[in-house]
Amino acid sequence: MIKVDIREKSFAGTTVLGRIQFTLGQGERLAVLGPSGVGKSTLLRIVAGIDRKFSGDVDRPARMGVVFQEPTLLPWRTALQNLTLIHRGLTEQAATEALARVGIADKAALFPAQLSLGQQRRLSLARAFAGAPEFLVMDEPFVSLDPEMAEEMMRLTETLIAETRPALMLVTHARPEAERLTERIVHLSGRPAVLHPETKDHLRCVTN
Amino acid sequence: MRGVGTPALSLLGLVSLWVVAAALSADPTVLPQPWALIGPFWDELRSGELLYHLGHTLLRVIWAFLLAMTLGCLLGLAMGRSERVNQWLDPWLVVFLNLPALVLIVLCYLWIGLTEAAAIAAVTLNKVPNVTTVIREGARALSPDLDALAGVYRLPLMDRMRHVVLPQLAPFMAAASRSGIAVIWKIVLVVEFLGRSSGVGFQIHLYFQLFDVGMVLVYAFSFIAVMLAVEWLILQPWERRVRRWRLA
Repeated sequence: MIKVDIREKSFAGTTVLGRIQFTLGQGERLAVLGPSGVGKSTLLRIVAGIDRKFSGDVDRPARMGVVFQEPTLLPWRTALQNLTLIHRGLTEQAATEALARVGIADKAALFPAQLSLGQQRRLSLARAFAGAPEFLVMDEPFVSLDPEMAEEMMRLTETLIAETRPALMLVTHARPEAERLTERIVHLSGRPAVLHPETKDHLRCVTN
Repeated sequence: MRGVGTPALSLLGLVSLWVVAAALSADPTVLPQPWALIGPFWDELRSGELLYHLGHTLLRVIWAFLLAMTLGCLLGLAMGRSERVNQWLDPWLVVFLNLPALVLIVLCYLWIGLTEAAAIAAVTLNKVPNVTTVIREGARALSPDLDALAGVYRLPLMDRMRHVVLPQLAPFMAAASRSGIAVIWKIVLVVEFLGRSSGVGFQIHLYFQLFDVGMVLVYAFSFIAVMLAVEWLILQPWERRVRRWRLA
């Protein structure tokens, strides 16, 4: 059970996020849509526990997974070590299986720089799911990909979600992604930004 | 061949300059010929004196190096990571960076006494500010993305240091240790010159009082040889190992 209750978040006196509340049950999937610059990444960083300087409370499970915009790998460790070092309980065999699920089992001994960008993204996905997360957070995971690769990654993500069934918060500005991967869509807009449920013309109810 | 050729030729030039200068001065008490040092070197080696003093100096260099690197890394990391800590410690850093080595050495001897601890403390204090400055730059350049990664997956502190922070700091630590080791051994010699009864610096002091240029050179070159061995056998292989991922 994930419970988010943010009263306010500000940077240098400017309030960026207003009151934001939502809960996610086991396996529930939520997408946060919004234009760039509205504070989506700020919200994600608070929910994921990266940013702790805000007023409010966030309850999240210990077993988290995260997929950043960039692969964000440890360049000085091999693909396999990128899984086993992050997930300390993971055996080498389990890590190899995790690599196999994203189709890069043969790259286990290579350093990230020796992988193609697509393979790096697969590794990043494998890392997110390897710990069997109860809660997965994804930050514009397909934003800089060409349509073909985005489609491929999306299909892989769908498969992995179906296997692991984590609660999911997806932050994106692309509606089709949100519709495919999640069951509930909310919009982040306004200044300070707050969440609005999906309506036909959601932009009209900006003020709180 | 080309890679080795130029440095070898350049070193040969230095030796020939020495030979010419020695021939011109024509006074072995001022500048002996290079080959005139082989005899005294051999005698000193056989009597055990040379190794005894080299060993003492090397031990002091190692102690001071390890202490300075440890302290400098901790301080640099703290100052690079926290602007608040930096604001507090930066003025101290400027003071210590500009304090002449000699002053620190003399003060350490005066305050702590003519002891081994004072000698090593003096060298360490001389080197810590430089290491701190270099490591602070490295700590400022640490990737916020990898920080976020380590935070989300709750990496234990030791894992975080070993697999996330230290690999990022490695080039800065290599720079600090390469420049550090050379400075440290020079300061160790001064410390020995002023207040120890063993080590290369002490021997140089002794032969300085006897106006024996030959023996001063024997000790100086022996120690340069030791430090070259450290560079080639320890520092460079270590650097290659931590850079492996870049070259793969």
